[in-house]
Amino acid sequence: MSESTLSLNAATSGLPVVPEWRRIMNRVVGHRGLLLGSSILGVIVVLALLAPWIAPHDPFAQNISQRMIPPVWHDKGTWDHIFGTDKLGRDYLSRLLYGARISLSIGLLAALISGLIGTTLGVLAGYFGGRVDAVISYIITTRLALPVLLVALAMASLVGGGSVETVVVLLGLLLWDRFAVVARSTTQQLREAEFIASAKVIGASTSYILIRELLPNILSALIVVMTLEMAHAILLEATLSFLGLGVQAPMPSWGLMISEGKSYMFFKPWVIAIPGITLMLLVLAINLVGDGLRDMNAPEGRN
Amino acid sequence: MPDYALELSNLSRHFHLKNGAFKEPTLLKAVDGISLRIRPGETLGLVGESGCGKSTLAKMILGLLEPTDGDVLINDKARSASSRLSMARQLQPIFQDPYSSLNPRKTIEQIIRLPLQLHKEGNKESQKKAVKDISDLVGLPERLLKQYPGQLSGGQRQRVAIARALILKPKILVCDEPTSALDVSVQAQILNLLMDLKKELGLTYLFISHNLGVVEHLVDKVAVMYRGKIVEQGTRDEIFQNAQHPYTKALLSSVLTPEPALGLPEVLDSSAWDSAQAS
Repeated sequence: MSESTLSLNAATSGLPVVPEWRRIMNRVVGHRGLLLGSSILGVIVVLALLAPWIAPHDPFAQNISQRMIPPVWHDKGTWDHIFGTDKLGRDYLSRLLYGARISLSIGLLAALISGLIGTTLGVLAGYFGGRVDAVISYIITTRLALPVLLVALAMASLVGGGSVETVVVLLGLLLWDRFAVVARSTTQQLREAEFIASAKVIGASTSYILIRELLPNILSALIVVMTLEMAHAILLEATLSFLGLGVQAPMPSWGLMISEGKSYMFFKPWVIAIPGITLMLLVLAINLVGDGLRDMNAPEGRN
Repeated sequence: MPDYALELSNLSRHFHLKNGAFKEPTLLKAVDGISLRIRPGETLGLVGESGCGKSTLAKMILGLLEPTDGDVLINDKARSASSRLSMARQLQPIFQDPYSSLNPRKTIEQIIRLPLQLHKEGNKESQKKAVKDISDLVGLPERLLKQYPGQLSGGQRQRVAIARALILKPKILVCDEPTSALDVSVQAQILNLLMDLKKELGLTYLFISHNLGVVEHLVDKVAVMYRGKIVEQGTRDEIFQNAQHPYTKALLSSVLTPEPALGLPEVLDSSAWDSAQAS
C-alpha cells in the first residue's frame, strides 16, 4: 500500500510525500482531547481487563473487623486497602476494578444493541423515503418524546430490575434514537449519489446496496454516536443502580457503590467521592474520544 | 441483430409538485411523450438546456425511474419486462460527476470488479485479470488499481467509470454529460477514448449533453430536447447546417467560439420558440 501511494503522490502532486498512516497519526497526536480521552479510556479498559490479576482482594469478601477503613492518604489509612473499605469491610479498590468491567460492558453492549436498532431504522427511513420514512419518523419522534430515565425506571420496576443482562437490554431498547436520526440524515444525503445509482444499474440487490455500498460510508458518523451513547448508557446504569433498580448488590457497580455510601457522605466523603470520580473520568474520557473522532472525520480538519 | 439497439416509445414522466397542504399540486411534465430510435452502432446526441428533462430521460432508460407512460425497448426487449441483471449486460451508464459515481470506500479494483462479482462471472483470478485487461483498454495504469477514488484525478476517475461500465461487455452506453465535470484538456481525452472504444467494440451511444460543441464531433444523429419534448431531430449535418426549429437555431448560436472577435453569443427571446412549440 504505502509504496504505491508514494509513487503516485510523488508523480502527480510533487508535494512532500507523507504516508497515510503517518498523516493519521499526526492528526491524532495533534488533537489533545482525543489523546487525553483515549489514554484515560485505555488505562481504564486495561485495568478492567486485568482486574482478576491485579485486584488486591476479593471484591465480594466481607470482613466486619475491617469496616470503613479510610483510603491510604488519610492518617488511619493502610497500604493493604489503598482506597479503604466499605461498610461491610470489602476492599474498595478491588470493587472499583470489577465495577469498571460492569460499566464498560453495559456501556458497550447497550450501545451496540441501540446501534443495531437505530441504524436499521434510520437507513431504511432515509433510503426508501415516502411512507416508510413517515412511519419510522413517527416511531423516532415517539421515542424522543419519552424521557429515557422515567421509562427505564418504570420498565426496570416492572421486570424487577436486577441482572446486568436486564439493564443492557433495557438501555439498548431506549438509546437508539440518535443512531436513527444520524443514520437517516446521512443516508438521505447519499441516496441520490451516483455510485448508488450505478450499483443499481449494474444489478445489485437493495440489500447489497444498503449493506455494502451505503453503510461503509455512514459508519464513521455512527461510530461517533456510538461513543456518546456508550457514555450515556454508563451514566444511566449508574443512575438506575443508585436508585436501586439497576444492577443489584452484591455486584460492585459504581452507581451501587455511591448508593451504598450515601448515608456516610457527611463524615466519610471518600466513600462516594472515589466511585464518583472514576465514573466521571470514564464518561469524560469516552466523550473526549467521541468528540475527537468527530473532529478527525470533519473534512475541514484534513491534512 | 435487432433493428434498433434502443427504442423509446412515447416515453413520459410526470411529477406532481406539492404546493402546500391545501393547494392543488402542479403537474410537471418532465418528459412528455418522447419517441426515439437508435440503430446498433449509431451515436445519438441528445441536446437541450438544463432542466429540459434530459437526465430524467436517462434515468428512465437506466431503470432508475419508472415511466408514467410508454416503455423503453433495449435490443427489442421491453425494460419493464426484463430483470435488472439481464438489462445490466446490455446497457450501462457513464455519469456526469466522476466524484460521486465511485464509492469512496472501495478500491478501484473492487469498483471495476463489482459487476463481475454480482453477475457471478468467473472466479477470483479471472475477474482480476479481466479488471487488468479493461483498465488497459481505457488507459488506466495498473498501479492505480489498489488506490481509492479520492486519490485519483477527475479524468482518471472517469476512466474508472468507463471501465466499470464496459466490463460486462454491454453494447449500449448511456453517457449523461460524461465530460461536463472535467476540465477542458481532460474532456478531449475522455471523448477520444469514448470514440476509440466505439470503433473497437462496436458500441452504441446515447450521448446526452448541453454542449453542442462536444456533440458535433461525436454523433451521427442529433435530437434537440426542449421542455420535455423532442423539438427537432435529424442527422448531424441536417441539424448543424440547416436547423429548422427556432430553439435549435438559438441553441446553435449560443455556442461559445474561441475567436475573440465574435464576442458573446446573442441570447434570443424565448417567446419565438415557445410560439413555435405551441403551433
